[in-house]
Amino acid sequence: MLPRLSLRFVHVWRRNRLVWRKLAIPSMLVNLAHPMLYMLGLGYGLGAMLPEVGGMAYITFLAAGTVCSSTMMSASFESMYSSFSRMHVQRTWDAIMNAPVLLEDVVAGEAVWAASKAFLSGAAVLLVATALGLVSSALALWVLPLIFLSGLAFAGLGLVITALSPSYDFFMYYFTLAITPMMLASGVFFPLERLPEWLQMVAQIFPLTHAVELARPLMNGVIPNSVGMHLLVLVGYAVVSFYLALLLTRRRLLS
Amino acid sequence: MSHLHVAGLRKSYDGTEVVAGLDLELEPGVCFGLLGPNGAGKTTTLRLCLGLSEPDSGQVTMLGFRVPERAREARQRIGVVPQADNLDPDFTVRENLLVYGRYFGLRSRELQSRIPALLEFAGLAAREHSRIQTLSGGMKRRLTLARALVNDPQLIFMDEPSTGLDPQARHLIWDRLRQLTGEGRTILLTTHFMDEAERLCHRVAIIDRGFKIAEGAPRELIAQHIEPQVVEVYGDGAENWAERFGRHASERCEKTGETVFCYTHDADAIVHALEREPGVRYLHRPANLEDVFLKLTGRELRD
Repeated sequence: MLPRLSLRFVHVWRRNRLVWRKLAIPSMLVNLAHPMLYMLGLGYGLGAMLPEVGGMAYITFLAAGTVCSSTMMSASFESMYSSFSRMHVQRTWDAIMNAPVLLEDVVAGEAVWAASKAFLSGAAVLLVATALGLVSSALALWVLPLIFLSGLAFAGLGLVITALSPSYDFFMYYFTLAITPMMLASGVFFPLERLPEWLQMVAQIFPLTHAVELARPLMNGVIPNSVGMHLLVLVGYAVVSFYLALLLTRRRLLS
Repeated sequence: MSHLHVAGLRKSYDGTEVVAGLDLELEPGVCFGLLGPNGAGKTTTLRLCLGLSEPDSGQVTMLGFRVPERAREARQRIGVVPQADNLDPDFTVRENLLVYGRYFGLRSRELQSRIPALLEFAGLAAREHSRIQTLSGGMKRRLTLARALVNDPQLIFMDEPSTGLDPQARHLIWDRLRQLTGEGRTILLTTHFMDEAERLCHRVAIIDRGFKIAEGAPRELIAQHIEPQVVEVYGDGAENWAERFGRHASERCEKTGETVFCYTHDADAIVHALEREPGVRYLHRPANLEDVFLKLTGRELRD
């Protein structure tokens, strides 16, 4: 069955934004603090012991990875813990669907909202990296649409897990089995080429790998290789995961 | 045109038929009560009517729109008071109304002008900026009712609107519901409080196991199914008395828990006998909808 998409998803998005606005500043700071600690701690601490990584200073290398990984984290948390609260605990989705709003609109609103928050997280890291002189070209502006797209991909995946989840505890499986391996094997902290060949192959299925492959050259003033392929993977994740999340949520809420 | 038309509606879950061929017809301006024991299929029926669940077979037409195909269009003019509280805990009273109104595509300015009257209706004008967590159960229900009116609905669904409320809060809700039908709105109400149904509803349907077993005005149903007078007898000696005397002096005599119910057209002899009976207390009253309900759906416990 084809989803009946409409602009009504904006109602759901605005609802979430209104809640967020009340706590925007502390929420942004907390979201920024965690990736910054990693980036600065590892970048300067570990970087001092390394000559160059991937042809650049380690902290420069790490900046692009941090932009992408903080995008992933932000989209994942929002689309799992926060969406699950609204769907299952507060029953907000039920209330919305008593109005002339369809499940498609609710799931799309949640996905776009999680991507929006992820965008803010990624953009904040990018801004700090720029201020620290770690970004060398205006090409880095292309990272902004890229992190929104990555946000959609991770939000879709998160919503799939949410649709299947009996409780908050369930999300730990996803973090342990998907998010952590992606953090470690997508070229965030070290170049993929350093990994055994089979692991490099596995890394190609991770959406985070493709986000990093695009973001790092852009932030260093280089046009990335295979742009079309990387984008295709990210768009594919966003579309397929959204559709799957919709089917699973329909089964859960509207049977 | 009827506001809600349901014909031959069926729905099963895991091989159990929860709604088993239901027909309903709601004329504009009526308060219609859907009564039934727990698990009778009331909530499932509401979900099917709203297009939140697909029926296995049967037809639903709501405000002229086929459901579920065009449920979304129909919901534009529908209000819903759900059984479980799902007010938005992240918002204040006012924000709840504002945000909910936007789901109907209403503009903020339009809503700003509508909200004062809704707060007034719900008796919450003074709590406009309160957080939801600080409201009492009765206030939350009233706010849920006000929220259901934000789009000026023609038809309102209410799933057990007074469950869990104290008597004051129930009376206030009842008063508001009468006001709404007085304005010409149609209400479909589920409840298992028979006094509530008798008081509010122009028509009721009693359903059990997904099937309608009786329908009519409350007074009609009482006249049709039950002897007009009832004597309830309690106390240690009640059962013994019923065996010796009550059973023979009434037309029908039933026991629920510790209470014996004697149904009759003329209770004089029974009351006379009970006055002289030690160890029992009794209540002589006219028959009501609860008597009909218990007769038709049985007296055993439902879960």
